[in-house]
Amino acid sequence: MTIEAIIFYFFATILVAAAVCVVTVRNPVHAALFLVLSFFTASGIWMLLRAEFLAIALVLVYVGAVMVLFLFVVMMLDINLDRLRVGFWSYLPLGATIGILIALEMGLVIMAPRSGFGTMPAPVEPGAGYSNTGELGRVLYTDYLYPFELAAVVLLVAMIAAIALTLRKRKDTKYQKPSEQIKINKRDRVRLVSMPVEKKES
Amino acid sequence: MLENYFPILLFIAVAISVGAAPLVLGRGVSLLLGTHRPDSEKLSPYECGFEAFEDARMKFDVRYYLVAILFIIFDLEIAFLFPWAVSLKEIGLLGFISMMIFLAILVVGFIYEWMKGALEWE
Amino acid sequence: MDLIYSLPQLALQLSKDFFGVDLGTYIYILLKTLVLIGCIVGGLQGSVAYLTLWERKLIGWMQIRMGPNRVGPLGLLQPIADGVKLLLKELIVPSGANKGLFVLAPVLSVAPAFAAWAVIPFSPEVVLADINAGLLYLTAMTSLGVYGVIVAGWASNSKYAFLGAMRSAAQIVAYEIAMGFALVVVLMVSGSLNLSEIVNAQGRGQFADIGLTFLSWNWLPLAPMVLVYFISGIAETNRAPFDVVEGESEIVAGHMVEYSGMGFAMFMLAEYASMWMIAMLTVLMFFGGWQAPVNWAVLAWVPSIVWLLGKVFCVVSMFLWIRASFPRYRYDQIMRLGWKVFIPVTLVWLVFIGVWMQTPWNIWT
Repeated sequence: MTIEAIIFYFFATILVAAAVCVVTVRNPVHAALFLVLSFFTASGIWMLLRAEFLAIALVLVYVGAVMVLFLFVVMMLDINLDRLRVGFWSYLPLGATIGILIALEMGLVIMAPRSGFGTMPAPVEPGAGYSNTGELGRVLYTDYLYPFELAAVVLLVAMIAAIALTLRKRKDTKYQKPSEQIKINKRDRVRLVSMPVEKKES
Repeated sequence: MLENYFPILLFIAVAISVGAAPLVLGRGVSLLLGTHRPDSEKLSPYECGFEAFEDARMKFDVRYYLVAILFIIFDLEIAFLFPWAVSLKEIGLLGFISMMIFLAILVVGFIYEWMKGALEWE
Repeated sequence: MDLIYSLPQLALQLSKDFFGVDLGTYIYILLKTLVLIGCIVGGLQGSVAYLTLWERKLIGWMQIRMGPNRVGPLGLLQPIADGVKLLLKELIVPSGANKGLFVLAPVLSVAPAFAAWAVIPFSPEVVLADINAGLLYLTAMTSLGVYGVIVAGWASNSKYAFLGAMRSAAQIVAYEIAMGFALVVVLMVSGSLNLSEIVNAQGRGQFADIGLTFLSWNWLPLAPMVLVYFISGIAETNRAPFDVVEGESEIVAGHMVEYSGMGFAMFMLAEYASMWMIAMLTVLMFFGGWQAPVNWAVLAWVPSIVWLLGKVFCVVSMFLWIRASFPRYRYDQIMRLGWKVFIPVTLVWLVFIGVWMQTPWNIWT
């Protein structure tokens, strides 16, 4: 067994164990952190496939950004754990059936002789000056121009949808606008009133 | 390629132990010297001298979610920009213009959220 | 450096001589790497310890005080005394806290702050992992720093800690975007993610040819990016004036409020290690790394590492100078600066440099 195989099995074991924990642990915050762990180990496996850019981008985008949102949500939503557990056993048969079906389908796709997974060559060792990121850039912005621009539109839709769904104007804030504050003039605020000096009672 | 990543794997392992070892050491020292003497007052969460009166995990302003979602979108944008910036000198004018269109579409979104006041922190 | 590399060789030789077994190349590489990692980690921990002393000294002088001067000559043993004190303190896990995550949080914040150093080149030859995606790896590691903060805040089960963690997370993510865009601009002009190549690219240019290397560095054409990157770096490490997260006068120590002893020390270690990191990256990407500012024969004897560390020290002292000089920002102003000033500025500069590179006046060919 080579060092590479040892590292692969190390990552793969952790990945599967963490993924199982994501769905079995009781605490949603723990589940989210296990998901982080499984992304990490998946990134390690991608790296073994020489997908340098994708492996690091997985950590950058999913762990660094998407999971932060997940954590925000599960931490702040105040989820009632006991209520989530209600009906677990009644849903189990249906859930298990669907799960087994999905696993069977995936197995069929991977095991099928036509899929070519069995004959897939091992990743070739790139040369010293090879930059995975550069190679990706060379095709992504020219040959795959249309899907790339579509990605921009999808992101735009996501941005607008997020704003439309979550933006609420709060009425009770006492927000200060510094630009208005420094524009305030003495004349707008202070009025000098001339008062006659009070006569002394003699 | 992978032989360059092996030191990184090792370094990550060392970095984790750099974080964990002092905690273990601190626990060991306090067990040894007997400085670990907790009582209920000491262990209560800090709340300016008051008794803690409810669970600290409260609901938060929805604004934080919005910031997190916008962050994901911009982070993806940066992930798209990295390969582009690296290969910019080779992909020529076409590659440059395609990224400018990409950015233009996203700047529309950015202006929209600015105008909507999503970036105001009130 | 030869000494460092010779140590594992010595171990290999010794094992051959005494036990009669050949440990093999794997073990040799493993040992060599571990020794280098040990040097980096040890050096970084020492730098962090003495940065705390330098911070107190420098701010002391700026406020016409002496700074620490009791422990050892000139107070030089102060960091060691602090370390021993923190080690002897009781580690308290508050009631109602999530114990596992409470202990995990300091580790989560230290590990990425240290792991990022794996790809840093210290001189043209000395780099632990010379990967072609170095900068990408660094960005990924910096983006993980937020976990320590969030997990600490949530696990403590304290309102102050939770509020501080949420503030911090929102602030960190806002400035991370500005930092990312600034990095992309550097990538555009250097055309590589490899940090050594980014540094080498800065040594080429018209000014470098006539000996004035410092005018060929990235800081000149990318001046706004230097500012954005450095200021975002301060916000990212939660340093003053962006330290509302741990603003002592409002929410005590923020996410660290429930931590004592070594737990607290780990958060501090992560914060100061990140400061060194930001300073190092600023120097590598904008100020020519290990290159001498002028290419004169008089300065040829100075080793490159001296230039690198000297520059890094200057940048890190800027952090302290800023802390001594500016009052704390208000939170809504911090968010406005990040989203409404830095992101537009970096975007405009990105397009500007991009257009420049398409014209015949492109200086980065």
